[in-house]
Amino acid sequence: MLPTISRGLHALGIISIMMFLLAPVILVFPISFSADAHVAWPPSAWSTRWYVALLHNEEMVTAFRNSLVIAGCVTALTLVVAMPAAVALTRWKFWGRDALTSLFTAPLLLPSIVLGLAILVIFAGYGLVGSWPGVIIGHLVITLPYALRVLITGLSTMPAFVEDAAGTLGADPWQVFRRITLPLMTPALVASAALAFIVSFDEVVISLFIAGTQLKLLPVSLYHYVESWTDPLVAAVSALLVLGTLGIVLIVERAIGFGKAVSK
Amino acid sequence: MTVSTADEGTRSSGGRLLITLLLPIVLLNVIAFIAPVANLVAMSFREATATGSMKEGVDLATWSSLVADTYYWSMLWRTVWIGALITLITLVLSYPLALFVSRAERAKALLIVLCISPLLISAVVRTYGWMVILGDQGFLQALLRSFNVTPPRLINSQLGVVIGMTEILMPYMILSLLSGFGKLDTTLEQAAETLGAGPLTVFRRIVLPLSMPGVLLGCLLCFVLAVSSFITPKMLGGGRVALLATEIYDQAIVTLNWPVAACLSVLILVVFGTALLFYGQLSKIVE
Repeated sequence: MLPTISRGLHALGIISIMMFLLAPVILVFPISFSADAHVAWPPSAWSTRWYVALLHNEEMVTAFRNSLVIAGCVTALTLVVAMPAAVALTRWKFWGRDALTSLFTAPLLLPSIVLGLAILVIFAGYGLVGSWPGVIIGHLVITLPYALRVLITGLSTMPAFVEDAAGTLGADPWQVFRRITLPLMTPALVASAALAFIVSFDEVVISLFIAGTQLKLLPVSLYHYVESWTDPLVAAVSALLVLGTLGIVLIVERAIGFGKAVSK
Repeated sequence: MTVSTADEGTRSSGGRLLITLLLPIVLLNVIAFIAPVANLVAMSFREATATGSMKEGVDLATWSSLVADTYYWSMLWRTVWIGALITLITLVLSYPLALFVSRAERAKALLIVLCISPLLISAVVRTYGWMVILGDQGFLQALLRSFNVTPPRLINSQLGVVIGMTEILMPYMILSLLSGFGKLDTTLEQAAETLGAGPLTVFRRIVLPLSMPGVLLGCLLCFVLAVSSFITPKMLGGGRVALLATEIYDQAIVTLNWPVAACLSVLILVVFGTALLFYGQLSKIVE
C-alpha cells in the first residue's frame, strides 16, 4: 500500500515538473485562437482573428522576412567559415592549436549582453549599426562556436585513413575533400546548419543592440510589441515559431537523429 | 635529396593552405570579438559628458562614482542573490526529472527531446508564454481564483522573474545533470540495497555524491546565465526588477552613457570569474 502511494506521488511530481517546463510553450496555442482584444484566460470566444491581423501587420511580416534572410545568410557563411577551420583544426598539428580552438569557442562563454554592447560600441564608429553586414557579422560571432564544435566532433570521429587511402590512390587534396570528406560529413553539416539557423533566427540580445531601429528583426519586433501591447498577436507569432522549430527538429531527426546531434 | 625538397615543398604549401583555411575565422574573431571586448574594457576608464559624448583621456572617474553609489551596490547584491535563488530552484526541480529521464526504459529519446527542445525556442516566445500564464488575467490567476484563493502579484515582480527564469534555465540544468548521471552505475545502488541500505541512504550516500560533477556544472551554467540574462527580467519584471544586465541595456540604449554600461559589463565579468573560481574549488573538493 505505502510503496504504491509513494510511487504514485513520485510519478505525479515528475509529471508536474514536466508540465511546468512545457507550459509556456503549450499555452500560447489556445491563447492565439482567442477572440478577445487582450490576453485573458479563459478566452471569451475562439477565432482566428489574430492570425489574420498578423498577416496584415506590416512590421511583423517585414521583420519575419528579414530574419529569414539574415538567418539564411548567416547559416551559409557559418558553414563556409567553420568548415575550413574545422578541417584545419583536426587535420593539422601545429603549435597553439588548442589555444585557437578555445579562443573560437570563447564568444559563447561571454554574456551576450556584454558581447552585444561591445559590438555596438565598435560598429557605431563604422556606421554598421542597423546595417545588414553589421547584423550578419554580429550573429556569426555566436553561430560559429556552435557549428565549429559540431563539425570538429564530426571530423574527429571520422576515420582519417579513408582520406589517406584516397590520397595514396592518387586523388589530390581537393578531390579527397569533395569526394570523401564532404559526403561523410553530411550529418555534422546538417546539424550545424540547423543550429546556426535557429541561433541566428532566435537571437534577440545582440540584435537588440546592433539592429538599431531601422532594420526590423522578428525577435526584436516581438520584444518591442510586447512592451507596448497586450493583445494576443504575439501568441499567434509564437505558435507559428514553435511549429517552425518543431519542423526543423523533425528534419534534423530524419537526417541524423536529434539526440545524436545534440549529444555530440 | 629530391625527396626531402619535395617534402619541404608540400610542407610550406601546406602551411600556406593552413593559414588560408584559418584566416576567415581568425579575422572575424578579431573584428567582432577580441577588438570590441578590449575596447569595451578600455571604455570603462573614460567618462561621459552630459551630452552623451565622451571626455578625452583616461581616468577612474566613472568607476569611482559607481563605487560611491549605493544604488549599484544593492543592484549587484540583488543580481547575485536572485541568480543564486534561481539556480537553487532550477536544481531542485531538474534533479528528479533528469534522474527519471536517465532511468527511463521506454521512450527515453522522446523524453530527452521534450526536456531540451524548449532550448531551441526563442526566449522572447517562452517569456511571452509566462506572461500569458502569470499575467493579471492569466491562466494561473484564473485557476487560483476558481479555488477562491487571492494570489499575490505574479507579474511585474521579483516572483515572476524567478518563476520565468527557472523554467527558461531548466533545460541547461537537465543537460548537465544527464551528462553526470550517464556515469552512474545502477548495480552500485542494487549492491547497497542488498546490504540493507534504505532508499534515502542509497540516495544520500551513492546517487548524490556520484552525480555531484553534473550538479556543479549545471549550477555554474545556470548561475552565469541567470546573472547575465536580461530579456526575461525585463519582460516579466516590468521595469520594477533592476538587475545588472537590465541596467547595462538601459545605460547603453536609453541613457546613452556608454562608460557606465562598460563598467557594469566589467562588473558582470568579475561576477562570472568569481563563479568560475568557486566552481573550480568545489569540483576539487567533490573529486
